Amino acid sequence: MTTLTTRSTAAPGRYPIRRVLLYAVLILASILFLIPVYMVLVTSFKSIDQVSIDTMWQLPRSFTLDSFSRAIERLAPSFVNSLLLVFPATALSAILGSMNGYVLSKWHFRGANIIFPLMLFGMFIPYQAILIPLVQFLQGLKLSGTLWGLILVHVVYGLPITTLIFRNYYAEVPTEMLEAGGIDGAGFFGLYWYILLPISLPGFVVVVIWQFTQIWNEFLFGVTITNTGSQPITVALQNLAGSQIVEWNVQMAGAFLTALPTLLVYILLGRYFIRGLLAGSIKG
Amino acid sequence: MNRDRATAILMLMPSVILLAIFVYGFIAWTGYTSMTNSNALQQLSGLPAQFIGLKNYQDLFTGQLNGRFRVDMVNTVFFTVLFILVCLVVGMGLAILLDQKVKGESIFRTIFLFPMALSFVVTGVAWKWLFNPTSGINAIPSIIGLPPGQFKWFISQERWLEFNWQLLPEILAIIVLAVVIFVALRYWVLRRSMIAAIITGITILLGAWISFGGARSLNGLASPETHGFNLALFALVIAAGWQMSGYTMAMYLAGLRGIPDELREAGRVDGASEIGIYRYVVFPLLAPITLSAMIILGHISLKIFDLVYAMGGGDNRYIDMPGLNMYFTTFRSNEFGQGAAIAMIMLILVAIVIVPYLVTQLRSETTL
Repeated sequence: MTTLTTRSTAAPGRYPIRRVLLYAVLILASILFLIPVYMVLVTSFKSIDQVSIDTMWQLPRSFTLDSFSRAIERLAPSFVNSLLLVFPATALSAILGSMNGYVLSKWHFRGANIIFPLMLFGMFIPYQAILIPLVQFLQGLKLSGTLWGLILVHVVYGLPITTLIFRNYYAEVPTEMLEAGGIDGAGFFGLYWYILLPISLPGFVVVVIWQFTQIWNEFLFGVTITNTGSQPITVALQNLAGSQIVEWNVQMAGAFLTALPTLLVYILLGRYFIRGLLAGSIKG
Repeated sequence: MNRDRATAILMLMPSVILLAIFVYGFIAWTGYTSMTNSNALQQLSGLPAQFIGLKNYQDLFTGQLNGRFRVDMVNTVFFTVLFILVCLVVGMGLAILLDQKVKGESIFRTIFLFPMALSFVVTGVAWKWLFNPTSGINAIPSIIGLPPGQFKWFISQERWLEFNWQLLPEILAIIVLAVVIFVALRYWVLRRSMIAAIITGITILLGAWISFGGARSLNGLASPETHGFNLALFALVIAAGWQMSGYTMAMYLAGLRGIPDELREAGRVDGASEIGIYRYVVFPLLAPITLSAMIILGHISLKIFDLVYAMGGGDNRYIDMPGLNMYFTTFRSNEFGQGAAIAMIMLILVAIVIVPYLVTQLRSETTL
């Protein structure tokens, strides 16, 4: 403890110039990281006659929400689609992941250490490698082009990461806690319901935030297995921005609207977001 | 307890079965499709697709019409190297800066990490505007009266390090030869053992094989085809690096926080400078994190799709990637066999990177 305090107090006092330089570099890096945000916001608050090459970097002369109303007009149906998609898909993959994590961390059985890596591999594959059969399969089930199809796909391919996070989370729970419960006559579901689930909230927060962000931001499945009526927001944004006729200010407003939900989640619950992020590298 | 164990396995089964079908079953199906001539014509005719072996793969590497795939391969190599480099350097730099007991650390961390919360499509759309050749970044110098930038970013057609694809077998063989010579020399210096003699023998045989045209004969392309490092990839590297550097920063920061202060203090007592402490204490301890980050970033870059789609729209060959090619070949041109072959090559590349990683990660976990 003493070494820690000497380091923290001695270092700032000893090199004042180095401290100034340190903050200067950090602030410069922050500005560079925020340039795209500045550009998106500045452009989206301009009317189209103000969006010109000479004034690109300047603040708008008069603020207008015109581009936002036009972007909302174009994106609203897909925004709703994404909401209808993200909540059930997130909830289902979290619940299944929690159950899988419980089984894999507390009920050791033969073959578990073969099944688990095989499940995990599913989160690393390029989804192109399953896309052709997936499309044909969904067509066979008459789910192609529907939100139900997309929900199913996101639940299934979300299973590896949700299982991984919950397995690591439950592995920290001492087995004695479960054994004490077992003596009291609680079975498989009793142990889960009365002992694990009440302490699972942090795990669920991490998983829900992660899945929400992933599903909201996903594009490849969205663009292949939906149609115009069921496309998620990322696909609608790409269509908006990809067509050469839509003005830049509307495109930027659309980009901002698409980013807003996940940005809000990140700003409000960033701590948990980072945990999910590091879980993706297996041990972090 | 046995009944409970059976219940446990039963509860796991739905997920196992779903993944068995949706991952392994579908991969097998894609693998089969990649060996058929499945395409729009065949599907319309209602006839079953014919099995044609590895012809689709052969076409991708040697077919006159499949130059796009070879561009993708070259682009992937250059993009992967630069993208990993940018993320590691920026991520580690930011992590070290933030580890200096910075006031307002959480604000800085939030700023460096927020792009991770965005969709690659949003990133692509925003950066496309910034990289617009006649405005955006190129217009910055004109704010202070300098001439505007001339680089055309993602639509640049400039190319460095040009080479003829026909020479690729030879180039690769010479690189392998150089590595083998290096290994042989090391063995000779260490100890004049049998292994050294065997490796030297291999070197001589390989050298002879190359110089007598063995490598050249592996070329299957009829006419010369120029490839190289497309400078347009810089735009992609900057946008992807902007989005993913925060991820490496978070990994390094977690690693730095895990290094006990006693270790640094011990270095200081031994008379090491601040830089020396990083060189001899911190960097060696961060090496496993660097490896993990390289693998995670590497597999992301092999799969990259949405960012390229949003920026280039599918027609820009200078930043084209296999993921995009697969999508357009399969779902726009209806060449299912060909698209499946591209997908399988992507899968193999990702598996080469990920499978050893998964195995070692999980093995080290059980021994802990």
